[in-house]
Amino acid sequence: MAEAPALLEVHDVSKSFGAVAAVQGVSFPLYGGEAHALVGENGAGKSTIVKMLAGVHRPDTGTLRVDGGDVVFASPGDAKSHGIAVIYQEPTLFPDLSVAENIAMGNQPLTRLKQIDRKAMTGNAARLFQRLGVHIDPARPARGLSIADQQLVEIAKALSSEARILIMDEPTAALSAVEVERLFSVVRSLRDEGAAIMFISHRFEEITALCERVTIMRDGKHVATEMVADLSVDDMIRRMVGRDLSALFPKQDVPPGEVLLEVEGLSREGVFRDISFSVRAGEIVALAGLVGAGRSEVMQAVFGVDAYDKGSVRFRGRKLKPGSPRAAMAAGLALVPEDRRQQGLVMELSIERNVTLPRARKLTRLGLLFGGSERRAAATWTQKLQTKLGRLSDAVGTLSGGNQQKVVLAKWLATGPQLLIVDEPTRGIDVGTKAEVHRLMSSLAADGLAVVMVSSELPEVLGMADRILVLREGRIAAELTRDEATEESVMYAAMGQEVSA
Amino acid sequence: MSELRRRLASWDTAIIGLTVIVLFVASFSVDNFGTSRNFTFMVLDLLPIILVALPMTFIIVTGEIDLSVASILGLTSSLMGWFWNHGLTIESIIPLCIVIGAVAGLINGFLITGLGLPSLAVTIGTLALYRGLAFVVLGDGAVADFPFSYTNWVTGTIGGGPVPNVLILIVVLALIFGVILHATPYGRSLYAIGANAQAAHFSGIRVARTKFWLYVASGAVCGLVGVLWTLRYSSARADNGSGLELAVVAAVLLGGVSIFGGKGSLPGVLAGVVLLTALQNALRLEDVSGQALNIVTGVLLVLSVLLPNIVNGIRGSWQRRKVRQAAALEVR
Amino acid sequence: MTQLAERPAVATATESKARTFLKTRELGIVLALAALILYTAINNPRFLSGQSIRDNLLNTAILAVMAAGQAVVVITRNIDLSVGSVLGISAFAVATLMSDHQGLPMIVAIVVGIAVGAACGLLNGVLVRYGRVPALVVTLGTLYIFRGITYQWAGGSQVNADELPRHFNSFGTGGILGVPWLVLIAVVVVGGVSLMMRNYRVGRELYAMGSSPQAAELAGIKVTRNLLGAFLLSGSLAGLAGVLFATRFGTVDASAGTGYELNVVAAVVVGGVAVFGGSGTVWGAGLGALLLTVISSALAVLDINQFWQQAIVGALIILAICADRLVAVRIARSLRKRDTHV
Repeated sequence: MAEAPALLEVHDVSKSFGAVAAVQGVSFPLYGGEAHALVGENGAGKSTIVKMLAGVHRPDTGTLRVDGGDVVFASPGDAKSHGIAVIYQEPTLFPDLSVAENIAMGNQPLTRLKQIDRKAMTGNAARLFQRLGVHIDPARPARGLSIADQQLVEIAKALSSEARILIMDEPTAALSAVEVERLFSVVRSLRDEGAAIMFISHRFEEITALCERVTIMRDGKHVATEMVADLSVDDMIRRMVGRDLSALFPKQDVPPGEVLLEVEGLSREGVFRDISFSVRAGEIVALAGLVGAGRSEVMQAVFGVDAYDKGSVRFRGRKLKPGSPRAAMAAGLALVPEDRRQQGLVMELSIERNVTLPRARKLTRLGLLFGGSERRAAATWTQKLQTKLGRLSDAVGTLSGGNQQKVVLAKWLATGPQLLIVDEPTRGIDVGTKAEVHRLMSSLAADGLAVVMVSSELPEVLGMADRILVLREGRIAAELTRDEATEESVMYAAMGQEVSA
Repeated sequence: MSELRRRLASWDTAIIGLTVIVLFVASFSVDNFGTSRNFTFMVLDLLPIILVALPMTFIIVTGEIDLSVASILGLTSSLMGWFWNHGLTIESIIPLCIVIGAVAGLINGFLITGLGLPSLAVTIGTLALYRGLAFVVLGDGAVADFPFSYTNWVTGTIGGGPVPNVLILIVVLALIFGVILHATPYGRSLYAIGANAQAAHFSGIRVARTKFWLYVASGAVCGLVGVLWTLRYSSARADNGSGLELAVVAAVLLGGVSIFGGKGSLPGVLAGVVLLTALQNALRLEDVSGQALNIVTGVLLVLSVLLPNIVNGIRGSWQRRKVRQAAALEVR
Repeated sequence: MTQLAERPAVATATESKARTFLKTRELGIVLALAALILYTAINNPRFLSGQSIRDNLLNTAILAVMAAGQAVVVITRNIDLSVGSVLGISAFAVATLMSDHQGLPMIVAIVVGIAVGAACGLLNGVLVRYGRVPALVVTLGTLYIFRGITYQWAGGSQVNADELPRHFNSFGTGGILGVPWLVLIAVVVVGGVSLMMRNYRVGRELYAMGSSPQAAELAGIKVTRNLLGAFLLSGSLAGLAGVLFATRFGTVDASAGTGYELNVVAAVVVGGVAVFGGSGTVWGAGLGALLLTVISSALAVLDINQFWQQAIVGALIILAICADRLVAVRIARSLRKRDTHV
């Protein structure tokens, strides 16, 4: 079966963004009637592959082949017309339009007068939802749908276009177990009808449940394409990471000091409720849970970036002014946010300006910034973190992901914090830098800093944290010590299922 | 070396160079352009645009816009006439007008940062509102009998020489705004807000408050310019300065400030204003009609955004081609 | 599982609420219009005379035609500030043409006006899409460029009504079955564009582009074609408005339509088209045009200082965007509550 010609073939494809090579010489085939997993760490280049297949980016070199013939996608419309449907990590709906319109966009059923047949359109949507086994009103606007529902609408959209090649970029991240199972049964039936499926996921149990073949990527390069049945999960991880996991997480044991942060009954309507915890000096506390469980939101409320409705945040016993990052900074808090590009850095500004942004005030003489005081401060900290960079006056956007993350860390460590909040500290950075970041966090804790880490990567959570708070649907579902925490116990708490062991 | 080259290649340097060339060529080829009398006139023409452009630069750097500036100018001019007719002294009218301008800006600022409305729509609305109120105050009449000592100061020169009195005002205000923008933490925060407001918020910058005060400052400067305008022409009218917002926005964008925020410098903007005014002045001396000059302003406005885009586009496709060539070599 | 079953019931409730909000906008304008007319008529019954109604409708016609085009542009999250100048150049071109060639039929005047406007609109669209210059900057620039060209061309001259052919002038006052031509054209334009935006693919794509530009690109919508089309339409309708202006007023100089862009944008925004794009209706914009016109004639009838008119336009724009914002915040809040399975 596998020897039939590939429906789609990626052949020796490369793509760079500025100085950063996102994908280098990757090749793999997608066969009809087969589900193909694409795995790799964050930043391995999976999303870039997806965007090339979707017609968003064009490969710098190499070719894409559909049915054995070379194709060039000048636009997403081209990819679509070749029968490719893509479900992105981030839903791409039109908030002002109805759900049915979103699904039908581009191939709405028409009446004889070439007008849109709304009845048929709504009927189609309802039928698709029925097939998916979900209840969403096709006539409601897409604005305000939960992430899970948006993802389901995206899936319905892909189904409606009757694509031969379905590409799914982490479609299950926000879905419940029941919804995932239902999605899989639909995907399987599509596959059995002869469609080629490309599936990206971080959950290995999903890959083994759904896929026949797997392609592994690391740092933008192709590592292997093999049958899933021939590989164990450990094999896959080893090839993704390129080394054994245990070496990655060098957390030292530190006797915890005084209580620094006390959060009590923190609530924000519709986001999180009744969150209470405390963090001591020298401790690393991890916030684990599924995407959308409210982890980042809690820490952003603590730091004052977001407002909260109820509860209190105390630091060293003093209440922090809500909704004021400035007050939090003055008290000794620092937040390295989840989204580096949108929240952590100002990409167009230079490295030095970024590093000194939160504390430029402290570098002034007579209120003015003169004589390179910013440059000196920036140089000190980027050197301490061994950031690889050209000139400090270069735009920070020219650096690689890992070095950008170091700039964000430099920016916040330069403020001399007592509590460091890091949100997904190693997302999208290469393995080597990852280890450096982990070592850094560990040594900071050893120096008496309190660290709160939000992370979706279980090995990181288990390896680094002294204590783990598991959030589920905006509440603390479990608090686990380092000894109690295992991959299973954290996942079960996060998913809301009983430990069946 | 490449630092220097980058600076030379930047848009604001280019515009400063172009301005120097235009001034140089015009003073040789256009009759009367280089005379001291014309210099005085040019500075007076420059005055409203340059002063309004200072806070406008700040606002555009933060990624917002204020289209109501000329209407605030008109409103304060109207009110100045009304106050004068109602017997207030000029010494109390001037600060009052500046305060009223600030209040008009404060209303803009509140609508934009307090209610979170888009600045473009808000200031199109207040453009109509403030100009409308100006007409309500003064109708289509004019008030002209302002004290000679004041009107004379605005149009006069230092010691009767070629340097107008108002140039002092321009230099002082430009210096203050320039230092704030380029050498203070506050100035740094404006760029951060314009380039990425969310990241600025995460860095502890009070985005809304910063923007709010910019609109107040813009209003206050417009109030001051309303006073100066009225005194210069010795005529308070409701339609004073109408259309000035275009010249100001054009000059700021021409000076290399990005309409999307986060980029630009004050020296560039000053050059942009001088270039615009000098071109208009030279064309007027060559007997080109005033309305036709609008074509020049409009074209420059579009070009100021279009040209950098084209340059970047070419540079980008160049880089991509280089990558492809390098890859092709590697294969061989 | 139970959660899944519960969701739709609440969802429809919120959704119908959202829908009634949308409806209330147009309804709100109708109510405001009714109240205004009632109040004015009580003070001065002549306000409801045939002549007065006719004048109001004729004055609305030109604004409504332009508002229809502007609404389409704003729905795509752009803006066209050059419409007043396009009206000016088209009106002057057509008036000059007709005074030079007295025998030309009306239809030629209309076609020429639309063609002039279409050329202007296309230029705007090309600069916005291919030059990647924001619509605000482009159309602010072309506002002055088109106006400057008209002044340069006119050179201070003007075309008077007595220089224009009789059939051209009578088109502005005449009609069919008592309905003036101008009003008929406006109704056809607003109705036709509304229909296109509501029931045809291209219309929905324009809404989609305004609702989420990135998603529109990803969905394979022909963004370039549609955007050029939107600006072309806005320009063409402003050109058509120029012809209507010339037939209605007879006297055309280079300043025709100066400042109209403000009224057009006001009509669109007051009519419920969101400035962030993606929502609002064309016929709502038409209603907005009617409301603005009636306000200004009511001011005259009520003997209120005419100078208030512009200030009221400004206040209405701000009021309208405040109202939009309030509705958006309220919907967002109710949706956030709905999702509270916390």
